[in-house]
Formats: sequence, structure tokens, C-alpha cells
Amino acid sequence: MNCHQPKTVGKNINPHKRVALLGMPNTGKSTFFNRLTGGNAFVGNWAGITVDLLQARVKIEDETTEFIDLPGIYDLNGFSEDEKVVQNFLEKFAVDLVIIIVNATQIDRQIRLVLQIKALGFPAILVLNMADEAKHYGVKIEVDELSQRLEIPTFLMSAKYGQNYQRVYEQIVKKIKENNYSFQINNLTDQLLKIGAVLPEKIDQILGGTVIMPSNFLKTFTFKVDSILLHPILGLPLFFLGMFLVFQIVWNIGLPSMDLMGNFTNFLQIYLLESLLKPFPLLIQDFIINGIWNGLATVASFIPLIVLFFIVMAILEDSGYLSRSAYLMDALMSQLGLDGRSFVLQMMGFGCNVPALMGTRIMRSQGLRLLTMLVITFSLCSARLQVFIFLIAATFPNQKGATVLFSLYILSFVAALVAAFLLKGQFKNKEPFVLELPPYRFPTLKQVINRGWGEVLHFLQRASGFIILGCVAVWFLTNLPLGTTGLDTFGGQLGNFLSPIMQPIGIDPYLTLSLLFGFIAKEVVVGAFPVIYGMDATNLSNYIGSTVTWVQAYSFCLFCLLYTPCLTTLATMFNESKSWKYTSFSVIFSFVFAWLVSFIFFQTASFFGFS
Amino acid sequence: MNLSKLKPRKLAFVKEIEKLSHNHHLINRLEAIGIIPNKPIMVLRQAWFGGPLHVRVGSTTEIAIRHQEAKIILLQSIE
Repeated sequence: MNCHQPKTVGKNINPHKRVALLGMPNTGKSTFFNRLTGGNAFVGNWAGITVDLLQARVKIEDETTEFIDLPGIYDLNGFSEDEKVVQNFLEKFAVDLVIIIVNATQIDRQIRLVLQIKALGFPAILVLNMADEAKHYGVKIEVDELSQRLEIPTFLMSAKYGQNYQRVYEQIVKKIKENNYSFQINNLTDQLLKIGAVLPEKIDQILGGTVIMPSNFLKTFTFKVDSILLHPILGLPLFFLGMFLVFQIVWNIGLPSMDLMGNFTNFLQIYLLESLLKPFPLLIQDFIINGIWNGLATVASFIPLIVLFFIVMAILEDSGYLSRSAYLMDALMSQLGLDGRSFVLQMMGFGCNVPALMGTRIMRSQGLRLLTMLVITFSLCSARLQVFIFLIAATFPNQKGATVLFSLYILSFVAALVAAFLLKGQFKNKEPFVLELPPYRFPTLKQVINRGWGEVLHFLQRASGFIILGCVAVWFLTNLPLGTTGLDTFGGQLGNFLSPIMQPIGIDPYLTLSLLFGFIAKEVVVGAFPVIYGMDATNLSNYIGSTVTWVQAYSFCLFCLLYTPCLTTLATMFNESKSWKYTSFSVIFSFVFAWLVSFIFFQTASFFGFS
Repeated sequence: MNLSKLKPRKLAFVKEIEKLSHNHHLINRLEAIGIIPNKPIMVLRQAWFGGPLHVRVGSTTEIAIRHQEAKIILLQSIE
């Protein structure tokens, strides 16, 4: 340990011993964190730290220990937002131990971060993760010798498969017991400057004789797959073909699974709910069945679809193909003032816009970031997916469904490109484009299921709050004043009032009302349909099929896809941009844009006699 | 000679990263990715319409990098 480094050292100043996980992106840090903490993580609140840090408290031999998963960084001395967060954290909060996670296959360059931590004098454990991959690549590491040279306990491990995990855990326990000092460096950046850059000679001195890297011409599995998937001509067509197949799967498996769920909720309604409600007045019965239950049941019918969808997304993301789409799309995106990462974030927005918006933090140029956030809001998220599936299934013949759905995804993407093209002058981007392409990996079943399950929980949380609230509000609007029906109710009047705007795009007053509430959350649109029409999902689907033409339905889908993003998305946009001006601009822009697109579609289709 | 001009599948070695007035952030990132003097480097392929290069740094790190950024990575002359 470098005892000449000035640092604040307090004897166990933390109420619980605190262990920070630190490493570069794509090192399996989070997988390791999950294994350590058993999925008990929560988002902690740290004064002065602007992003959410995952943390967990774990009992280690009767002593509560706090683990913190710091964001993945390239360099302790770096300038990206995540790098600043880590610098800030280490300056403001004392830690008792740092676990450095390194991708063993890339130890030749990731050793830099280890040397920086060592030079700063933090008590550390070095975990060389992805041992399985290192073996596959033929990276040879003399762990004991390396450990001696670094003077840091070092282990080769696989967080994904658990190999050697036990030994690492024992070492953590040992270190926590031994260490009676907490470490905090108030002037980290100055210290790093003083230490100076990690010189190539220093790296050679540590790795020479302890690490043997494979040939530069190594032909790995990834190399062979890339020669097809990243092919200069075939690459993009293959990408779109793959996407089309994904939506075929979602459509052909997802739709029947919705019927199953629908049968289940129907069963509950008939045999449980209706008999329970018998003693109550008719109005109350109607409120509970048509105001809350039908809306919730319709939204609930999408649960299997959401699980399936997020499983597919998790496979795409974890396999490493998503970051390759950034490579494939960058040439096009750069013409529009965006870059390949914007495209990846758009794809992640297909799940939910909110995490994709937060993902823009990897961008340093404010112009690029704001423009990317703006186009992300046009991504067809899983909530909008529910609306579209419901309407498409009701108004299009079934065998066309998947193609119609796919066309909406393409339009979502094209709309984003058009928006970027129109606005790129306003958002200047000079950000360099350098992106790591990790090797292809097979996600484990556990990873994929965890992801699907996590998303369902998230979905149910939203469903229980926003959606009930939205459905109740819609019920009141469509049932008051008492005794009125249809367009005479407050809701009908509201829809009528807006009809000069909505009529030209083929959206009737009833559907207008559902869009109005879709501002809260897009799931509310689906939940609101049964409430507005006072029918359960199956009858409703038939009814809509007979009263709404496919042109109207498609125009509605276009409008719903592009108009004002949901409340949570807006709040996130404001949080990330800290600008009211920008956030209101986004609201107005997307509304006008949506209206124009629907108008052009509806009027053109009507002109050519489709109805 | 710089990386942007290197022919695909030809191995070269990094000489240095060109220091320009406002690119210390970029240099920092490139070094962290492993682009340091004497490092073997190779272009695997190039994307359509002048898109980014797919580059292998050392033997196990692969990146996508635009021509613009590849230009500042200077290479040792190959015989």
C-alpha cells in the first residue's frame, strides 16, 4: 500500500461496512452484484450523487455489510457523466473495501483501472470475471503471480456460471473482518493527476510473464458470426428480417396467450365478482364491473404478451447483437445528427421509453443527447403495443396482423428519422463515435426469466395505480350527468368538443376520450375502451370491428404512436434535461407531428376510396 | 499512416494518438479501450456508405469507430 498518499482514513466511520463494486462496462459487474446480494438491491439515495445507485445490505457473519454497484467506467480520470459519478462517490463517501471487476479476456487493457485504484491506496480485491470466456479465447493468466505483483488478492471467476464464486466470497468476508479502516479521498482528481497516467511500461511490467494473450488473428465464434451479421450488404437486410421474425413470434404466441388470460378473468368475473356484488345497487355494480374490473382485466390480459416481449428484448440485449445494430445504423444516423447509440436506445425504447431516456446519459454532447431523447419518445413502447394489438386484432383479418404491427414499428422508426432530420439544425452534435462491440453471449435462462419477471412487476405497479385511476375517471366522465348515455355524458361532450381537431384524422369522440387519458399512461387507453363502451374485452373487440374501419383504426394507431408521450416519460425528460422549454417543446412538437402524420394518412386513404 | 487508411485484415501497430486542441476526452477513452503505443490493431471490416470501421484492438477487444476518430490514431509504418 502506498502510505505516502495523503488520504482521509477514519477508523470504521461507516455504521455498516461499505463495499463498492467498480469496473469497466461489459464486465459482468451487475451479474456479480446480483449473485452477492441475492437480488435484494434497492435504489439508494446519496447526497450529491445525481444518478441512482443500486445498493444492498447483506448479513455477513452477523455483520450487516453494504454493497454498492457503481456505474461501469473506463477510466477513474474520465470525463463522462458516469465517470464523474464514481469520482464524486469516492470523494464524498468512505468505503471499507473496493472490489474491482475486470473482464479476464481483456485484462491487457482493463488492468489500467486496477493500477489506478492501487495507486490511490484503496483496500481492494481483484476479480477476473468471465473465466469461461477467457478459457474459450485462450487467454492464460498466472493468477497467483499476478496477485503478488499487484499486492491485491486476485481471483479468476465466472459470475454467470458461479465458478470460483465461493472463494471470492470467502475472501470478501475475510477482508471485511480484517479491515478496521474506512477510506475516503477528498481530492481524488488531484491525486490522480499527481499519480499521472498509467504508462504502457508499467502495464508490461505487471503483465509480462503473468498473462498470455491469444493471436491477433484469432477466429472466434463471434468472428464467424459477425462475418455474416455485419456483412456490408447483407447486414441490414438481415437485421430487419430478424426484427420481422420477432414480431411474428410476439403476434403468433402473444395473441392466443391473451385469450387464455381473458378466459381466466372472465371466469373470475362470472363466478366470483358478480355473485359478490349481487346485494349492491345497480349503479355500484356497474361502477365496479365496468369502471374498474373490465379495464383492469383488459390490461391484465396483456401480461403474457409483456413477459414474452421482454424475454425477447433481454435475449437481444444480452446476446450483444443490439450494440452491433449501432454499428450497422451509424452511417444513416450520422446524417441525421444522431449516432449508432441513438438507434440502440430507440430499440430499447421499444420496451419502455423511460429507461431508454435515462440511457442517453452515456452521451456527452448536449445536442446529441436532447435530440436522441426527442426521437426516443416515438419508439413504440410495450404500452402502445397493447393498444395496437387490441385494435389491429379487432379491425384487421388475423393473418395480416403481424405485418400491420411490423409496419407500425417501421413507421415509429421512420417518424424518428424524419423528426431528427427536421430538428438536427437545432441540436448540434460533435460527439466522437467509439463503441465497444462485446462478443456474442448466450444469456442464461435465469437472466432471461429474471428480466421478464422484473418487467411484469413493474407493469403491475403501474397497472395498480395509474390505470385504476384512469379507468375510474373515465367511468365518471362517461356516466355523469346521471341518466345520460353516449354523447350526452360529460365524456361524450368532451369528445364532441374536440371533434373539429379529431374528425379530420378519422377519430370519433369515443376514441378521442381514450386518447385523452392515454396521456397518463398508454395502458390506460386499452383500459379505457371497455369502460367507455361498457363492454368486456371480447364483445368490445367485435363491436369495434363492426363500427371502426381499418383506415380509422390505423390512423388512430399512428396518432397514438406519435402524440404526446405519457406522464412518466415527460417527467423523465424534464429530469434529464432540466429544461421546461425543451420538455414543452417536445410535447407540442410530438402532438403536431402526430396530427399531421395521421391527417396525411387518413385523408390520402379516404381520397383513394379506402374506408 | 493512420487507422482510417489501414486495409482490412492487415495487422498494424499503434504509434500514438494525435493530440489536437480539444480532444483530450477522446484520447482518454481510446487509451482506456487499449489504444496505446505498440498495441497491435486491425480493421476487420467497414460498414456500408462510409459508416464506421469494425476494429480489433489487441486480440480480444473489438470496437466500432468512425473514420473521423480513426484518423487521429497514427500507426507505425508497415514494411
